[in-house]
Amino acid sequence: MIGEELIQLVTPEGERVSNPQYESTLSGEAIFGMYRDMVIIRRLDTESTSLQRQGQLALWAPVQGQEAAQIGAGRALEPIDFTFPTYREHGIAWCRGVPPEDMLRLFRATSNGGWDPQKYRHSVPAIVLGNQVLNAVGYAMGVQRDGAEEAVMTFFGDGASSQGDVLEAFVWASSFNTPIVFFCQNNQWGISTPMSIQSKIPLYHRAHGFGFPGVRVDGNDVLAVYEVTKHALDQARVGGGPTLIEAYTYRLGAHTTSDDPTRYRIDAEVEVWKHRDPIERVKSLLVREYKVKAAKFDEVAAEADVIALKLRDDVLAMDRPDPITMFDHAYAAPHPLIEEGRREMIELGVSGGH
Amino acid sequence: MATTSMTMAKALNEGLRKAMEKNKKVLIMGEDIGKLGGVFRITDGLQKDFGEDRVIDSPLAESAIVGTAVGLAIRGYRTVCEIQFDGFVYPAFDQIVSQVAKLHKRSDGVYTMGLVIRIPFQGGIGAIEHHSESPEAYFAATAGLRVVSCSTPNDAYWMIQESIEHDDPIIFCEPKSRYWEKGEVDLDNPPGGLFDAAVRREGTDVTVIGYGASMKTILRAAETAAVEGVSVEVIDARGIAPLDLDTMATSLEKTGRLVVVQEAPHMASIGSEIVAELSQRCFYSMSAPGIRVSGYHVPYPPTRIEEDYRPTVDRILDAVDRVMEFES
Repeated sequence: MIGEELIQLVTPEGERVSNPQYESTLSGEAIFGMYRDMVIIRRLDTESTSLQRQGQLALWAPVQGQEAAQIGAGRALEPIDFTFPTYREHGIAWCRGVPPEDMLRLFRATSNGGWDPQKYRHSVPAIVLGNQVLNAVGYAMGVQRDGAEEAVMTFFGDGASSQGDVLEAFVWASSFNTPIVFFCQNNQWGISTPMSIQSKIPLYHRAHGFGFPGVRVDGNDVLAVYEVTKHALDQARVGGGPTLIEAYTYRLGAHTTSDDPTRYRIDAEVEVWKHRDPIERVKSLLVREYKVKAAKFDEVAAEADVIALKLRDDVLAMDRPDPITMFDHAYAAPHPLIEEGRREMIELGVSGGH
Repeated sequence: MATTSMTMAKALNEGLRKAMEKNKKVLIMGEDIGKLGGVFRITDGLQKDFGEDRVIDSPLAESAIVGTAVGLAIRGYRTVCEIQFDGFVYPAFDQIVSQVAKLHKRSDGVYTMGLVIRIPFQGGIGAIEHHSESPEAYFAATAGLRVVSCSTPNDAYWMIQESIEHDDPIIFCEPKSRYWEKGEVDLDNPPGGLFDAAVRREGTDVTVIGYGASMKTILRAAETAAVEGVSVEVIDARGIAPLDLDTMATSLEKTGRLVVVQEAPHMASIGSEIVAELSQRCFYSMSAPGIRVSGYHVPYPPTRIEEDYRPTVDRILDAVDRVMEFES
């Protein structure tokens, strides 16, 4: 299903590919910056998996293999844009400036969110498949009504593409020509459900049926993802309406740390995708074209270690919340059942109140 | 009476297997239920033994899982739908309320909506949001649906088979935190009707009623109360809609004091219904108002603090003390 319809600007070996529609506009410095982002995200991912294995997180949703898709898309955004993620968008959260420790509050089970979505213009994670895609279209309708030159981008996967919410979102976005980019990371697996059960045609083809453009980009090629996303966001900002981007990639790890992929997929498939590693690809390009020295890569690795160790410290310092905080923000206005619950909890001596 | 020890997960698996062997029209449909055996492994090995046409790995779409099970029911199949977690049932809510609950009526009894919707419910596994909810009251409030919950491996084994055989649609609530606990299963004799409540412990002072994961907590509380000199009768509702009010009323007439335990918040809950019905039936036998011990009226909290949300032994004992303060 890859074929010639896939937008690719760099081969897995790190060689440039020319594309008549999309030309890379990135400087060597910017490409190196994205390499750095990807290395840091992979390092944070590894650290988080270890933290889960050591009993410090309730769960972790690995992102390994999808770094280029997320960093390419994340860096194409403008600060003013707004994004609606799932629970796996750690790379996008990083690009939006969300502190890594805030990304882990959900997984430490100390919060159901973790950060201020208005501050970072990055919504809190959505776990129920596809819900956020409709929410994003609604936000985009608001942007449109405000006459603002902002774009909205929402993230989902091949699994969620089967949900009614996603398909309804396509209809609405098309009907109202909303400034939205649907960014689908097709990582080939919805837990154990293979792509073949979700769709018989390439996912990006679905967009045409709804009346807006769809494009498939090599999700392991950060340069291609960046250009394709930037183009779609620019279109959205000037009234060009929605675009569906299918970032064709692969979930190298498990769905979550609760999952065991050896039960449903073969190693040979994983091996094929390891050879398409998104980080190695951009590294090869940087060496080949920009003569980046080994020391520079070592510096990034060392920096990633420092960030990962800080994350570990921050997570270990994250205490169990006072149980009475469960009553905070359940409602915006006073509510008798909240007052009743607070009173009962204080009487039980579970919490001193606050 | 020969019994076998197994976990609730295994008992459900065996019950499903038995139902599939017995009736070729029984299908199972859900997300990740084939090779993976479901995220809780309840359907482990069933696709291998019964094939992909009978154990269907679905695309990820709950409304479609239930909506197509409706069509399969019209066509004469009995589908067991697996909803992966309680919090993921809401995309299917429209199909459940608008079609599953009403088509038998709308077709003047021509269509049989003999399907089962299995939902791992309640908390206690330290999961992230949407994985610990207690949605049973939504379904119990909908005419046309029946709701049950098992609390032991033996009930799990029998109730899943009885639900599949039942001609009405059944919302089958499984206490996920108890999946891995073992119990004795009698493979020959069913434990009573699908909706019958069961007296799990006899007592004379207070009747405590619950279902699902709460049962174990209630039984612990009853042991502690006994040490303190209070005799607690423990009833497992099993049937949530309809409720076996006769068994409950018989107990309350004896004890005169009522506590109901549930993980759902008490507003418009199963506990509210039990207290209201029993107050009406047993008014002259009651020495104290019925009390509900429930989850708080907040979205299910981050699970680092879930044990302060779910009814604890302490909170149940506190309620027992409160009803005991009333003189008989």
